[in-house]
Amino acid sequence: MPDAPRVGVVTFPGSLDDRDAMRAVATMGGEAVSLWHAEPDLRDVDAVVLPGGFSYGDYLRCGAIAARAPIMGSVIAFAGRGGPVLGICNGFQILCEAGLLPGALIRNRSLRFVCREVWLRVESSGTVVTRGLVPGEVLQVPVKHGEGQWVATDEQLARVEDDGLVAFRYSSSDGILDDEHNPNGATNHVAGIRNPAGNVVGLMPHPEHAVDPDVGPTGGQPLLASLLEAALAGAPA
Amino acid sequence: MSDPPLHRRLGLQDDEYERIVATLGRTPNHTELAMYSVMWSEHCSYKSSKVHLRTLPTEGPAVLVGPGQDAGVVDLGDGVAAVFKMESHSHPSAIEPYQGAATGVGGIVRDIVSMGARPVALMDPLMFGPLDEERNRWLFGGVVAGIGGYGNCIGVPTVGGELRFADAHTANPTVNVLCLGFADVDRLVTAGSGSPGPGSLMLLYGASTGRDGIGGVSVLASATLEEGSDDSRPSVQIGDPFAEKLLIEASLAMVEAGLLEGLQDLGGAGLTCALSESAARAGLGAQVDLDAVPRREDGMEPFEVLISESQERMLAIVDPAHLDEVRAVCDRWGLPSAVVAELVEGGGLMVRAGGSIVAEVPARSLADDGPEYERPAEAPPGDDVEDPTFLPFEKDLADAFVTVLTSPNVASNRWAFEQYDRFVQGNTVAGPGQDAAVVRVPGSLKGVALSTDGKGRYGRLDPYLGAVHAVAEAARNVSVSGARPLAITNCLNFGNPERPVVMWQFAETIRGMRDACLAFGTPVTGGNVSFYNESGDSAIDPTPVIGMLGLLEDHRLRVPSAFPAGGLSVYLVGDTFPELGGSEFAEVVLGIVAGAPPAVELTAEVALQGFLVAAAGETLLSSAHDCGDGGLAVTLAECAIGSGHGFAVTLASDLPTHVALFSESAARAVVSVDPTGEDRLVQLAGDHGVPLLRLGETGGPRAVVDGHLDLTVAELTDAWEGAFPRLLGERA
Repeated sequence: MPDAPRVGVVTFPGSLDDRDAMRAVATMGGEAVSLWHAEPDLRDVDAVVLPGGFSYGDYLRCGAIAARAPIMGSVIAFAGRGGPVLGICNGFQILCEAGLLPGALIRNRSLRFVCREVWLRVESSGTVVTRGLVPGEVLQVPVKHGEGQWVATDEQLARVEDDGLVAFRYSSSDGILDDEHNPNGATNHVAGIRNPAGNVVGLMPHPEHAVDPDVGPTGGQPLLASLLEAALAGAPA
Repeated sequence: MSDPPLHRRLGLQDDEYERIVATLGRTPNHTELAMYSVMWSEHCSYKSSKVHLRTLPTEGPAVLVGPGQDAGVVDLGDGVAAVFKMESHSHPSAIEPYQGAATGVGGIVRDIVSMGARPVALMDPLMFGPLDEERNRWLFGGVVAGIGGYGNCIGVPTVGGELRFADAHTANPTVNVLCLGFADVDRLVTAGSGSPGPGSLMLLYGASTGRDGIGGVSVLASATLEEGSDDSRPSVQIGDPFAEKLLIEASLAMVEAGLLEGLQDLGGAGLTCALSESAARAGLGAQVDLDAVPRREDGMEPFEVLISESQERMLAIVDPAHLDEVRAVCDRWGLPSAVVAELVEGGGLMVRAGGSIVAEVPARSLADDGPEYERPAEAPPGDDVEDPTFLPFEKDLADAFVTVLTSPNVASNRWAFEQYDRFVQGNTVAGPGQDAAVVRVPGSLKGVALSTDGKGRYGRLDPYLGAVHAVAEAARNVSVSGARPLAITNCLNFGNPERPVVMWQFAETIRGMRDACLAFGTPVTGGNVSFYNESGDSAIDPTPVIGMLGLLEDHRLRVPSAFPAGGLSVYLVGDTFPELGGSEFAEVVLGIVAGAPPAVELTAEVALQGFLVAAAGETLLSSAHDCGDGGLAVTLAECAIGSGHGFAVTLASDLPTHVALFSESAARAVVSVDPTGEDRLVQLAGDHGVPLLRLGETGGPRAVVDGHLDLTVAELTDAWEGAFPRLLGERA
């Protein structure tokens, strides 16, 4: 049995789901390593998770300040070397602000915070969180955000769709895309985006809140299992 | 025309002023007067309520800390303590709903932190005027957004609460917030836990101090709101949840490292309260250096610094040997900190600013020696309106059913609770929409069940019974989930205590709460009194909101509210009496709020609680749901809506059909059970002396009450779920 992969979870001031991400990593068999925004050292981790929350209060654009935190230089370099990086909710916003993923996240179309369990349709199996999953599969995972509506310029959108960079879309439980199942009005129902190499993924829903059946759905299990596998392999899928 | 004297403008009575003069042996200066005016306000001193609150039961085997500290503490076993408290932020919310509600959340969370506990859950009982008025929709939307905006941003899940609507809340919405925290018993920071002595330092950390919230407790919370209350807006504090999150983490890091001798939050009455209470608790005085307080604006007067209610601040009592370590924690979390005072022998609070002494008063006289009143109480004349139970009813029963089901007091609260993060921290076993929320104790199988309940309508008709019902319903909600009720906190929402009728309502409420708490063995661990909820001639109904805490030894044994499958047997537990007085049916179908609220037989409630907990412990129950608003009809509907499984039942009652369906008799619940468990259930009910009536079975897509109602579960779901969106104009 190989050693458990080391997964770093970054805590920014205002991170909220950092402990949850660490617990989920441990539940799935990984070794969770706490990383601190002000320290560039990634402590030899095999993968990095940027967790949910309101980093620095999100008083500027969401994720904008965190994207410039001391640790982010190391995260960007790690991603450049092909290291697995997962951004969840605020972490997704940070990855977009850091230029690692295309598009931006703006206020939900309802203008209200939304917390509910949604269905995600897997769009791409070539990412560090979708190894072994088949496009079209659906997973139940909660969302909870006020600014989760993914938008992009026409040019970006064309590239994202043409290159197959959509990782997940919001759908019904049988994989149908419609307005009713799009919790924030995201363009093309986009819930998560990957980079071309597939080692950087950001998504608004919270897989770390979907591993323990006592407190939520379980659609996050295969995503985190895939991340641990990718971390162990030391290279993206 | 000359202005009234300063003390009156600050809200102090003439005799209170005389007491201050006698205490000091001289005339107080303006700064001192300002300090007394906030500490001796109704909000801080409980001067009208103390004599009554003292009669409540406050001790029990599970109670570690009772009333008088920042929050109550209950022993959960295995070295874990539950810390919980409820507070109101109604007055600020009436003026600025978003910030009023947000800072209410911030305040109660700091109360929990100041006991050394991590806040793990929030609940929000809210009351507004009818939503067909635009201003009420604005208040409702703003308060819900404010609770979400703050709670979601500090990483504390909002797991429940309730929404109620009544005309009396149009002028005065009621915004209560409950917070639960967990702590290691041996790390609790209580009045007796540290040992601050002379030389200990008082470190103010967190946000800087500004002019916001000057006199919040005396201007807003201790007087009625009148026309033109927009002028009060500068007294509403502005919240910064990001700073609060940092404050939580920094404070708990200090507690975890054992660095503190005491910890106090800054809330109502600001620094004056924190300094005087900390010093008085230590039996000492303090030398205060006001110039050291970090400010966010220039030119603040000493009195402004002393009574400012700027949010997100805490005061740590620190041995000088630990000061550097404590300040290092503040630095790590980016929080400014400053030593603002030192504890000294004697009981005097001496405040220096700009090189001179600006105030010198006994700390105890501010914190503990506030006035106390036994205000006159007088019952109002009774009214002779006919009890709705006995009025003829000739309308269509199915229409009436849907009307009750879509009443905002009954309908799904999803519109509100979807704006709250219920997942963060990963311990929410049962969230909003269940009878009781259940929060897992991290690292254990234990779960804490929480419910908040209070019905102003019952309180209006009979304040004694209103209070008994509030405690009984909260206990029932906890026990249907399988948890044993342990203790309560409360928020008591009333009108102007200077009116004898209000004081009578208050006294009756306390009497009812006392009787119910004694019968259930659930002591009162603390709470909050919110008076002056009236404007002009409109006062809110007497509304005690009870927060009941219960313990589930194994959270996996929690019983859900809804029917989990078809083919189960459905039973009504408890007797139904002809009781439509004060019911939801009487209000929304008959248009009458009159009669007597249902009687409460306390021994029947105790038997029901014991039966439910025992049955849950034996895993006999597939579901259990309290019978409350809307009676049996609504209970059955909610059991079906929650899962999509329908039912077919027979009423088997001598009562008129509408009475059997909508009576709100107490001590009842609807349970479903696998047929293999029925014999045991009947036996257990017999053992507990609980009446049990077999109603029918679950299953199929329809909700059928034999010969009376036949609707699809889908229709009911659409009616119940769609009520708020329709009321708010978001869905046709």
